[in-house]
Amino acid sequence: MNWVIANWSMIWELTLTHVQLSLPPIILGFLISLPLGWLAHRYRWSRGVLLTVSGILYAIPSLPLFVLMPSLIGTKILDPANVVIALTIYAVALLVRTIADALDAVDAGVRQSAQAVGFSTGQRFWRVEFPLAGPLMLAGIRVVSASTISLLSVGALIGVTNLGYLFTDGYNRQFPIEILTGIVGTVVIAIVFDVLLVLLGRLLMPWTRMSSKGAIRRRRAATEARELATTGGGVA
Amino acid sequence: MINFLAAFAWIFDPEHWEGPGGIPVRVLQHLGVTGLTVLIACLIAIPLGLLIGHTGKGRELAVVITGSLRALPTLGLLSLLALITLGWGFSSTSLVPAITALVVLAVPPVLAGAYGGVEAIDRQTVDAARAVGMNEWQILGKVEIPLALPLMIGGVRSAVLQTIATATVVAFLTNGPGLGRYILDGLPVRDYAQMLAGSIIIIVLALLLEGLFSLLQRAVVPRGVQATHARVDETRSRGAGDRSTSPDPELAAAETKMQTAAHRIE
Repeated sequence: MNWVIANWSMIWELTLTHVQLSLPPIILGFLISLPLGWLAHRYRWSRGVLLTVSGILYAIPSLPLFVLMPSLIGTKILDPANVVIALTIYAVALLVRTIADALDAVDAGVRQSAQAVGFSTGQRFWRVEFPLAGPLMLAGIRVVSASTISLLSVGALIGVTNLGYLFTDGYNRQFPIEILTGIVGTVVIAIVFDVLLVLLGRLLMPWTRMSSKGAIRRRRAATEARELATTGGGVA
Repeated sequence: MINFLAAFAWIFDPEHWEGPGGIPVRVLQHLGVTGLTVLIACLIAIPLGLLIGHTGKGRELAVVITGSLRALPTLGLLSLLALITLGWGFSSTSLVPAITALVVLAVPPVLAGAYGGVEAIDRQTVDAARAVGMNEWQILGKVEIPLALPLMIGGVRSAVLQTIATATVVAFLTNGPGLGRYILDGLPVRDYAQMLAGSIIIIVLALLLEGLFSLLQRAVVPRGVQATHARVDETRSRGAGDRSTSPDPELAAAETKMQTAAHRIE
């Protein structure tokens, strides 16, 4: 405990860096996956192509991908951008499938009603399909958020500073308290992000609180099954 | 491009194919560590998962355990467990610290695959098996395991991929084995060709295993279930509204789960 107090400013700084580096992959990942997920949902051929590619990308281990980045995008080996872009790739790989599934799950009757009352394709997407697919999309983003925050620490191995530094440094100094501090810090960030995402979801999708009990149960079961499928954590 | 040429030159240099630090030895170490880890994880998690799935008991606990283990940062868990096992008196050249950490990370996906696979089976199917006079062991062996096999293999597949990835990170431990050595030995001396070469080999290895598992997963689907998947596919291509029209939420949930299973098999 004394060590934590004595080194508080360093820990806090690492925490802030960790948060700063975790945000872009989550946000960019969602923005990139949305059109791709729609494309995968819309046409059979694009579904096959996109889901196969994202499956392959997700199977690539993280540390080798971090090392690959400089040659692919021309960065320096110690550039944090390598890690941020690699994590964005994982986020996209995971979210394309989730978003396609979420859009698939929108009731066909609702879709047709929207068309019947004269919504254009764009209106139908933004005002009907997108909000209705929201809860399932949110479940996917929560998985991405947790895995991004935890994977970022692997970047410490190739010299990208974040809370993962406490793991490598703690191991080299044979000092478990330091490692434990890093683990607690990472988990706390993940929990805070998760709570914020849930709150954001309630704010933007107030109807999720009013659904019938059966619908909630069904949705929860679906989310659980999906999460099981995305456990696919090839990465680490 | 120049980097990639240098990396391939490094890979095909005969000098790197010999001795204790050569590519064949490192590949075998990597696969050996992965295989041993997944084997231990299966021995622990599959019986436990089947028990949970069959009896329905301990499910909440399993969800909590698998969920929270997944949230833990791999590198942190690895370094902490390595220090703890060192404290138990294992030398740093022993594989015990690395394997212990890897097993802890590999158990959750195998467990989730096993209990999820059994749970996704329609209760009516199980009740029907009981009604025709099968005992609990027969139900488990002849109904539940075959039907759960695709999802179970899915869990093992996740565990293998995760272990291959984490086995890379294990090289950061003192004397850590495997292909990650090339990355972590190359970094301090700025030998980027070696780092890239190691990365390429690991990626190829991971993709090969991923491909192998997707074939395996397809092969183990019982014939009767293949028909169900074809129907699910058809439903999906029609617009997939049916998911929410099922009168019984439990049934809908099971359907969703089976669809998820079907997805993974695609």
